[in-house]
Amino acid sequence: MNWLINLGASTLGKLSGLGNASLMLWGGLVAFPRLKNIPLIIQQIYVVGVQSLLIILVSGLFIGMVMALQGYTILVSYGAEGSLGPMVALTLLRELGPVVTGLLFAGRAGSALTAEIGLMKATEQLSSLEMMAVDPLRRIIAPRFWAGVISMPMLALIFSAVGILGGHLVGVDWLGVDSGSYWSIMQATVDWDKDVVNGVIKSFVFALVVVWVALYKGYSAIPTSEGISKATTETVVFSSLAILGLDFVLTALMFGIN
Amino acid sequence: MTSKKTELMVGIFVALALAATLMLALQVANKGMSGSGEVYQVSAKFDNIGGLKARSSIKVGGVVVGRVTRIYLDNQELIPVVDMEISADYARTFPETSSVSILTAGLLGEQYVGLTPGFVFPGEDPIYLGDKEGETQFIVDTKSAIVLEDLIGQFLFGKDSD
Repeated sequence: MNWLINLGASTLGKLSGLGNASLMLWGGLVAFPRLKNIPLIIQQIYVVGVQSLLIILVSGLFIGMVMALQGYTILVSYGAEGSLGPMVALTLLRELGPVVTGLLFAGRAGSALTAEIGLMKATEQLSSLEMMAVDPLRRIIAPRFWAGVISMPMLALIFSAVGILGGHLVGVDWLGVDSGSYWSIMQATVDWDKDVVNGVIKSFVFALVVVWVALYKGYSAIPTSEGISKATTETVVFSSLAILGLDFVLTALMFGIN
Repeated sequence: MTSKKTELMVGIFVALALAATLMLALQVANKGMSGSGEVYQVSAKFDNIGGLKARSSIKVGGVVVGRVTRIYLDNQELIPVVDMEISADYARTFPETSSVSILTAGLLGEQYVGLTPGFVFPGEDPIYLGDKEGETQFIVDTKSAIVLEDLIGQFLFGKDSD
């Protein structure tokens, strides 16, 4: 009988967690249109987006360079090194751009958000805001939510662009692929709607998931140092797994079925 | 509330993202070049299109003048029909007697449609591709893609299969 009680309790706990998370998301979504919140959002874009820029630029550059190097060694044995451009561009735009940006974003910005909000909760800053009749959802959660959702697609675009330039650096400038064929075959292959826009849609979905998980984990963290560290870990693990799982679903929907 | 420095950094961030989008649009996806101008439609029937795909290019002497829009099978004649659009920059340029053939770029390259401009009879009023608006204009003179197996067959069993 005990295990039935445990099962019921854990199901109820999961459901109420999902409900709380949805309520929080709803608060974050509804709280957007307030004009006076815009400066708060800009402040958070600085924290979430601008401060993630360096890691995005560096990893984008190196992933593009590695892909050009690996692709070249394979393609050159078929005499098809001209196809290096579309290979690098399509891989980055369709998959690696959104996914790697999402993973880095979860590690760099998501964990910071969870820790920040968890600490706010532990030091009772959230409760004091409520005492002063300021809704913490509007004041704390919503700006961070929208800042993340706005920043991440931009970061993914920057990642892809830098990666393609990195591929050019290795493929063309170092290994000697013809610059004309690198760009022209890429232009003939890459489609704006199918490849670029779908990649942006992917990164938008990933941003929603990462920011939602990060904010909820911080908001519902047990207000002890141990609880915050657990919540931070869970944020990175959950959002990374969600990104990888959702990526498969989105890819199947976008590219799998004709 | 937000300091000038923060706003500046966010501004730089957004500008960078816009630059990345612009680069992806113009340099990578070539959006500005392909979709800008007006086009006119022509079609052609082939016996075999080989590996031709939608969005393959149409070239005259190596210069891209248009793209394949659609490939489908004619219901009555059961042969492939290729719909093409050619940039309106080349309106009234290619006579109706022009021929199209399916060619391959390099040994392993992609296939494209090569357009060879036809001739104009002196003293006659020439009809150009794209002149007939509203109805499908077919290019009559077409050469199909070369299929390697057919070539080998011809080589082995003489030219009688032609």
